[in-house]
Amino acid sequence: MGKPISIDSRQGLKGLHHVGFVLDGIKAAWPICLGYLPLGFAFGVLAQKAGLDLLDIALMSILVYAGSSQFIAVAMISGAAAPASIILTTFVVNLRHLLMSSSLAVHLHGEGRGFLSVFAYGVTDESFAVNMAKFRDGGWHRYQALAVNQMSNFTWIGSTILGGYAGQSIPAGCYGIDYALSAMFLCLLTFQLKGRQYFLTAIISGAATIGFALVVPGNGFVIMASLFGATAGFALKRYAQRKRGSYA
Amino acid sequence: MLKTEYILLIVGMGLVTYIPRYLPLFILAQRNLPRWFIEWLDMIPVAILSALVFSEIFLSGPPRHLDMLQIKSLVAIPTFLIALKTKSLGGTVISGMILFWMAGKIS
Repeated sequence: MGKPISIDSRQGLKGLHHVGFVLDGIKAAWPICLGYLPLGFAFGVLAQKAGLDLLDIALMSILVYAGSSQFIAVAMISGAAAPASIILTTFVVNLRHLLMSSSLAVHLHGEGRGFLSVFAYGVTDESFAVNMAKFRDGGWHRYQALAVNQMSNFTWIGSTILGGYAGQSIPAGCYGIDYALSAMFLCLLTFQLKGRQYFLTAIISGAATIGFALVVPGNGFVIMASLFGATAGFALKRYAQRKRGSYA
Repeated sequence: MLKTEYILLIVGMGLVTYIPRYLPLFILAQRNLPRWFIEWLDMIPVAILSALVFSEIFLSGPPRHLDMLQIKSLVAIPTFLIALKTKSLGGTVISGMILFWMAGKIS
């Protein structure tokens, strides 16, 4: 008789625990959601202008769930690009998640495949920035991180559908909608400027982006510049450490 | 584009997006990473975001060319300062959009 009760109470506790994690996730994710609302809305409007209906918009936000590549895809659809070239561009643009997932893997050491395959779906520039900061501070649980991912995900899907719906009555180019993505990237960049080394890395990477963009054809220049910038920044950090070490 | 083409396009985009998100978690979460590799990965986010920002605001085209005096580059300065000051994603996005909209009206 006593056993079922103890199991019940433990399950109750576990349930409460999960509710707490979800609440923490919502708290950490709300700046992302606040950013996704205008951004998703802007995407929905532009997608509607490009000829996607509400179902296409919803499906793309659910299956792709990667803001910048969705913006680029819509621009390419407007320009009547071939589906294969849109998919290839999406791949190249989103290849950066490879690097983000690699960084996150450090903090998800030894997790099961089921959890990882669900978590991977929600890795974006924004959730990555928030979760990495939380993981670095310590005491961040995987379910809290997952809650951040999923809250952001639901907000993105909802706001893009809303934008697609409203797009029917909003003229193109209105309200600075074209600038939503740039502003978002600018803000996420400031989150990462945590010291001189990071600032230097940003400058190197930015300059390399312009250099590669002008010399290398296609869309690979962002990835190339990111790898170059991170490696240069890492080398500088190592150099500074060694120099300090030798004088110490 | 036909309806089925749209669906195929979206499914294709979804697949190529999910695989790079999943593979590193699957492969790397099972093993210990060397110290230098973790330090290198630490530099990745700032490098990626800076690359995305520069490509968004300083490039124009097609054909692709450098243009540092266009409205989107000039608006980036106050938007960047607002981001630094407020640390608010939503606030920055909305201020950036308003600034860009107003700058477009003035010019």
